[in-house]
Amino acid sequence: MSGDVTNGATGSAEALSVAFRKATKVYPGADHPAVKELDVEVQAGEICVFVGPSGCGKTTAMRMVNRMVDITDGDILVGGTSVRDRTPSDLRREIGYVIQQTGLFPHRTIADNIATVPRLLGWDRDRTQARVRTLMELISLDADLANRYPAQLSGGQQQRVGVARALAADPGVMLMDEPFGAVDPINRERLQNEFLRLQAEVRKTILFVTHDIDEAIKMGDRVAVLRQGGILAQYATPAELLMAPADDFVEHFVGADRALKRLALLRVADIDLWEAPLAYVGQPTAEVRAKLDGAEVPHALLVDSERRPLGWLSESDLGRELVPATPDISPDPVIDRDDVMRDALSDVLQHETMYAPVVDAERRIAGILSVEIISEFLGSEDALSEEHLAVERPIAE
Amino acid sequence: MTVVAAKGLLFADAANRCAPGLPASFCQHHETTGCVGGNGLFCPGWAVDNFDRYVGPFFRHLEIVAISVVAGFAVALALALFSHRHRVLIPPLLGATGVLYTIPSIAFFFLLLPITGFGLVTAVIPLSAYTLQIIYRNTLAGLANVPADAKDAGRGMGMSDRQLLWRVELPLATPEVVAGLRIAIVSTVAIATLAFLAGAGGLGAPLYAQPDFKTNIIMVGALTIAMALTLDLIVVLSRRFLMPWQRARPR
Repeated sequence: MSGDVTNGATGSAEALSVAFRKATKVYPGADHPAVKELDVEVQAGEICVFVGPSGCGKTTAMRMVNRMVDITDGDILVGGTSVRDRTPSDLRREIGYVIQQTGLFPHRTIADNIATVPRLLGWDRDRTQARVRTLMELISLDADLANRYPAQLSGGQQQRVGVARALAADPGVMLMDEPFGAVDPINRERLQNEFLRLQAEVRKTILFVTHDIDEAIKMGDRVAVLRQGGILAQYATPAELLMAPADDFVEHFVGADRALKRLALLRVADIDLWEAPLAYVGQPTAEVRAKLDGAEVPHALLVDSERRPLGWLSESDLGRELVPATPDISPDPVIDRDDVMRDALSDVLQHETMYAPVVDAERRIAGILSVEIISEFLGSEDALSEEHLAVERPIAE
Repeated sequence: MTVVAAKGLLFADAANRCAPGLPASFCQHHETTGCVGGNGLFCPGWAVDNFDRYVGPFFRHLEIVAISVVAGFAVALALALFSHRHRVLIPPLLGATGVLYTIPSIAFFFLLLPITGFGLVTAVIPLSAYTLQIIYRNTLAGLANVPADAKDAGRGMGMSDRQLLWRVELPLATPEVVAGLRIAIVSTVAIATLAFLAGAGGLGAPLYAQPDFKTNIIMVGALTIAMALTLDLIVVLSRRFLMPWQRARPR
């Protein structure tokens, strides 16, 4: 198993399952366990989110997997092998580790940070360098940044480097402790989407800790809700959690806005979007005006030659002879088609607009989301039906 | 005539205090008039003509400082790294180095004279003992200030204690260690002017040989300050190579 992990320079190491078997942690001198008889099975390649109020032991539970916290009773199996039988440092080198404050080494360059575990494993120079280049590409970080220091990067970039560093030796399992907690809400949304795209590619087994139920529902294939005292309250898919909370605690924790939260189970890509008349710079405005007649969206969207949205054309823009290069109205919010509906709705409401362009991963226009689509969806029986929510979570291309 | 005699007396007095081992000519002045005769604030002509007599003591001074700081740094760093892992040792070590720091230097020299005799060793022991407290305290502070998340990440990625220390903790403690080193160097350059009392020479020797001759005092003072500033500058410049990340400003 360890051989596979260290050989996987291409990002193809097999994901490993993680099984908590009545795993318990009692800190010395504590009256109550921090984690009590936790039984959770995480399938290889799935994202399992540990969520709960502060003090529920979710971080402790996660840290037991790489023995940053030693279990006092029960067991945890990683890929079928008990963590108790592994040397902590060897075990940790095979498990990716991402923490909230990134934990990047401020005195090391981005490339050196990413190369941390390969160097601990004694990879040769060429292999390490090649791996660093691959990873920087994977997290779409400019190669020029390789020789910068963490302080020179934005918070979002630092977080991505943290993820790349954890992926460096191609671990079968990743532990992520509130990885997007320190990032502002707008960037968090983007990082979450990026990460889900990345996960679709690398297919790791991920244990993800958060206190944010919305993040848990968005990120998790399965969600473990923990309550005070490290007791598992419910372990279920996000849809099950919203449809059938196991008890009052879970229902309360999930929140009164369960109907709204269901929007988090759907991606923008899953619904039928509207189309807006597209306009190109320099096109005669008469052509654009003609397209506006009877269009679903009564506004024309200016796009560049790659079909990336530039903005909405105003009446005065259309009053000219040719379409201008700088439209009067900003295209914001531009919504990622991998975004969940809840985030998209919140973006639209925040910008107080009726229509928002939806783009694909290359930022090319994919359709228009309108407030009307969302309200129709919320009002329809469809939104509340089991059938709709049971749909397999779509994976982006 | 009487005025001249009075001035002659001044220099005769200085000659009597000539420190052992110094050429007698150093302590005698034949001029009875002009800048030197009038003991002016600073006599450039004399300084240029007599610069040679400071060269030997200057390099001796540098030698004393270098040996003291290097020895003190090595011991303090070793103590800090050891007590970083064995934290019960920190209070007693802080106390011990603190006590050493409070012993007056002259008393320290005279205490050692019967044991180590007149010479370099007797000067270097107290001077390096004084740097212990400064460097030890700063190194501990530096290690304590290493961001907890960097340590957690290092451990979580499978670094052993030793790897964590050398690859993460010590590099990140360098700013404080270097700050301590700078204080240690500058204060050692100053205290080393007393090293001649232990028979080690240095810039204190010419100073004490003619304590009434203002030009001499200014020459010694200027050379001491120049040495302190130069050594400090070398450390500051080497920081840029030791800690390139410190220059990295957010874009």
